[in-house]
Amino acid sequence: MGKVVEIRWHGRGGQGAKTASLLLADAAFNTGKYIQGFPEYGPERMGAPITAYNRISDERLTIHSNIYEPDYVVVVDDTLIATVDVTAGLKEDGAIIVNTTKTPDEVKPFLKGYKGKVCTIDARTISVDTLGKYFPNTPMLGAVVKVSGVMDEKTFLNDMVESFKHKFAKKPEVVEGNIKALERSMQEVKGI
Amino acid sequence: MSCKKELKTVTPDVKWKDITEGGVIPYAGNAELFKTGDWRSMKPIWLQEKCKQCLLCYPVCPDTSILINEEGKRIDFDFDHCKGCGVCVKVCPFKAIDFVEESK
Amino acid sequence: MAIRERMSGNEAMAVAMKQINPDVVAAFPITPSTEVPQYFSNFVADGVVDTEFVAVESEHSAMSACVGAQAAGGRAMTATSANGLALMWEILYIAACSRLPIVMACVNRTLSGPLNIHNDHSDSMGARDSGWVQLYSENNQEAYDNMLMANRIGEHPDVMLPVMVCQDGFITSHAIENIELVEDDKVKAFVGEYNPKDYLLNKANPISVGPLDLQAHCFEHKRQQAEAMKNAKKVILEVSEEFAKMTGRKYGLFEEYKTEDAEVAVVILNSTAGTAKYVIDQYRAEGKKIGLIKPRVFRPFPVDELTAALSKFKAVAVMDKADSFNDAGGPLFTEVTSAMFAKGVFGPKVINYIYGLGGRDVRSTDIEVVFNELLKIAETGTVESVYNYLGVRE
Repeated sequence: MGKVVEIRWHGRGGQGAKTASLLLADAAFNTGKYIQGFPEYGPERMGAPITAYNRISDERLTIHSNIYEPDYVVVVDDTLIATVDVTAGLKEDGAIIVNTTKTPDEVKPFLKGYKGKVCTIDARTISVDTLGKYFPNTPMLGAVVKVSGVMDEKTFLNDMVESFKHKFAKKPEVVEGNIKALERSMQEVKGI
Repeated sequence: MSCKKELKTVTPDVKWKDITEGGVIPYAGNAELFKTGDWRSMKPIWLQEKCKQCLLCYPVCPDTSILINEEGKRIDFDFDHCKGCGVCVKVCPFKAIDFVEESK
Repeated sequence: MAIRERMSGNEAMAVAMKQINPDVVAAFPITPSTEVPQYFSNFVADGVVDTEFVAVESEHSAMSACVGAQAAGGRAMTATSANGLALMWEILYIAACSRLPIVMACVNRTLSGPLNIHNDHSDSMGARDSGWVQLYSENNQEAYDNMLMANRIGEHPDVMLPVMVCQDGFITSHAIENIELVEDDKVKAFVGEYNPKDYLLNKANPISVGPLDLQAHCFEHKRQQAEAMKNAKKVILEVSEEFAKMTGRKYGLFEEYKTEDAEVAVVILNSTAGTAKYVIDQYRAEGKKIGLIKPRVFRPFPVDELTAALSKFKAVAVMDKADSFNDAGGPLFTEVTSAMFAKGVFGPKVINYIYGLGGRDVRSTDIEVVFNELLKIAETGTVESVYNYLGVRE
């Protein structure tokens, strides 16, 4: 059985963690992988903590359960660290990626003794610089691709250009900003 | 006439393999074959000499038992189907329909 | 060439409906099936289908509109879940007895209460005796494929019954996964035109549908309906074979996964069968001889084939994602065991697990518990408990 990469996303309703997990599934699909992208539905309220999942594999996936021992955890909103056990089951040879202005060393003390890799990314600054508004999805996607190495970076970037061109066919001016956001987040993610 | 075929398909002893699917009644106009005249306890009597052919009786009959000829005039009742409800008796402005007990 | 895509189970069902291009879709939104008519109404708005979309005020009306449309001579489809299916209840029976091959996307959700939007099979299992053909689907691919085959099965002159295609709410309905789609023109040719023998809008031969049917003939009509369900088995296999020729994807009455030399097996419907496959692969690597039987067709119930397949095992666990509250076992278990008794298959020890109610996540470790118990029973020949619960806090 080939290696399956399992990723868990933590976010708040309305922030787009679900969309980010679907974007990642899309990107991995475009590079020829077998993918799963699914949210865990709860009260579905704006601001309520939500969880979403990805499995990415070279072979067909049959398992249909939530992910309890993820390889990677992505935290879209660093205020969740105080209330949600974001590192639960996270593999020590994996990594957690947090959207924050803090450094990995500053975040580490709040992660209940997690011994694996801690990465941080300032998705807000990157998003505002490149897109003019706060859309954390695109920078988080770039960071998770960089940290997990789940797909070839160049192939990923080329695919995303096409994907954004298709997605934003009516707003071509935002394609460049999104690609810049991906590139910058891949360069700026800390703690690798 | 298609009604004859219907009688053949849905008989009291038809077997399940021969009955129409889902109880569909596939031939129109077969209600005529179901004689309801023997349900009658009261009987309307058409008094031709009093009838002005206003035809107010015709649309109120629940059973199309008031027969109309080719000239568009009403003729006598269809007693194979008239159940003797008496609505036509009530509606007639000229008292041209009597209502009597069936036994008489 | 098949079209390599990725989409959720709901979108897959809606795309199948788009390709089928039915005359009428009447639906009322209910989680988790809402996306099916939602996607479909977009197709209507975009003009890519010719369908009349009827936005009704309840599921009772949705099914009633489908009955009317199908009786009129059209192809009618709908989608629903849980309490929506419950509200359709009386019309489900009328659709089936009137022999109207309506197709429904049933996105399985627990029937309240307690109030819950998540997956189990209490909705479709409750409707198991309504006279609908029931097909179950492990993932988005199977949900799509079953939808493409449903019209052909239901509309066959020897069947003429409505068909319910089930998949697990949220677990597969809202999960994006890889899928292979069939080209539009191929689907069109495969599904073909619906040409009913009798229909309401046929002015050359007017008919009445749904008349009063009392002691004299009602029983004959029920007997005829039972025969149609019996015929459905053969038709399902024929249609599936033709589908395999077109797509390479083979479907039978049930799927057997690594059962050839298996000593024990589980019987599971829908998405959890996939999780069982994952566990089987891992246990097989350790040399444990275990397998899976995944029923695809629950109505008609494949008595002969299923009992023959089960007869070779030492121990079997039948898994129910719905409880019958009868102190005897879930619906799948009672049907499997009564079929085995009737066919004289007394070899395997058979136990039942009620699992995953109200969307309780079914982990691979849960399935391991079941296989461990089965392997113990196979070794000792002793069953400690027949009717069990899996994954509930004791």
